Amino acid sequence: MPKVILRKTMTLVEEIRHEFGPPPDKQLQRCAAIAVIKNPYAGNYHADIEAFMEDLKPLGLKMAHKALAALGGDKAMVEGYGKGSIVGVDGELEHGALWHVPGGYAMRELLDNAASIVPSTKKVGVAGARLDVPITHINASYVRSHFDAMEVGLNDAPRADELVFVLVMTTSARIHARVGGLAAHDIVGKDGLR
Amino acid sequence: MTLNIRKTAVWVEETLTEMGKSIDPPTRKAVAVAVIANPFADQYADDLTPLMDIGAELGAMLGDRCVAALGIAPEAAESYGKAAMVGENGELEHAAAILHPKLGAPLRKAVEKGAALVPSSKKMGGPGQDLDVPLGHKDAAYVRSHFDGVEVRMNDAPRRNEILVAVAVTDSGRPLPRVGGLEHADAEGKDGLR
Repeated sequence: MPKVILRKTMTLVEEIRHEFGPPPDKQLQRCAAIAVIKNPYAGNYHADIEAFMEDLKPLGLKMAHKALAALGGDKAMVEGYGKGSIVGVDGELEHGALWHVPGGYAMRELLDNAASIVPSTKKVGVAGARLDVPITHINASYVRSHFDAMEVGLNDAPRADELVFVLVMTTSARIHARVGGLAAHDIVGKDGLR
Repeated sequence: MTLNIRKTAVWVEETLTEMGKSIDPPTRKAVAVAVIANPFADQYADDLTPLMDIGAELGAMLGDRCVAALGIAPEAAESYGKAAMVGENGELEHAAAILHPKLGAPLRKAVEKGAALVPSSKKMGGPGQDLDVPLGHKDAAYVRSHFDGVEVRMNDAPRRNEILVAVAVTDSGRPLPRVGGLEHADAEGKDGLR
């Protein structure tokens, strides 16, 4: 079974106070935890890759803990999440899909009330590629105020034989959210949707 | 004309392996950014004192955030740098007013000492543009292993009437330094140079 070889990590915390409207009492924090690892399947087609998801679980958990710590460590503060991956050019888009289980599992394991599917995106890209990681409410996907995204990227990754994995957590709605829809205080919270 | 911050961000990156060699302990860089309203957008002003005062506030705030994000004692910081990118309705001199007269002293306090010149760069630019923050050893500018840089970029800043201000602090030099010159261990740190 291939080993997870970590080359670098990055955490990024954004605090948004306003976007030219009246600053709300609560500022929005977005945090991304990023890991750059060697792609054990780069360069060739491999039929069986699924087991690597199991190998990635400890990394996912570590990143989820790191993101939470960067936001102050209080689980109750986390309201939105998302995940994504960038596959270096000697890999295959399917390698990015290896993040689905370990990435989603990690955040849902760590957070209470995380009933929603973790929204995700993936692409093949070169070093410097930017990834817009989609974000939704952790408990009910339809909460409109929490549909958001966070752009991430690293100038030196992914190299051709690398994978970039990303987890994102946020602490509130878009900073001036006002387009209606299901509100966070009206969540039923049973099916992960509403 | 007070400091109006729209958003902030803090990045931490660590490098654990490079060219197959393990980096132990990992090298780490932190960059803290504030996106502020440019009080002189679209107007020429002879007296840029308000921007200089803003520089002093940001030197303390961003310096402290970098040190906190690295989780180190101030004296454990090894290198630093600063940079600003001015949105198109401003003037390059606005970056100079923020960076040069007053930002350095509070930054030096945040990293304890800081005998060396704080390396800097500045440019005009817009959302999504890269800003490379130069890095140099904080007490002895000639320490060759610590000449470096770190890239920052925000997809939504600086808007035309904004300025993006960045401060970077590390607790280490490049991952695998081997081009000779003055070494960290041999730096006296008295004159800021050696």
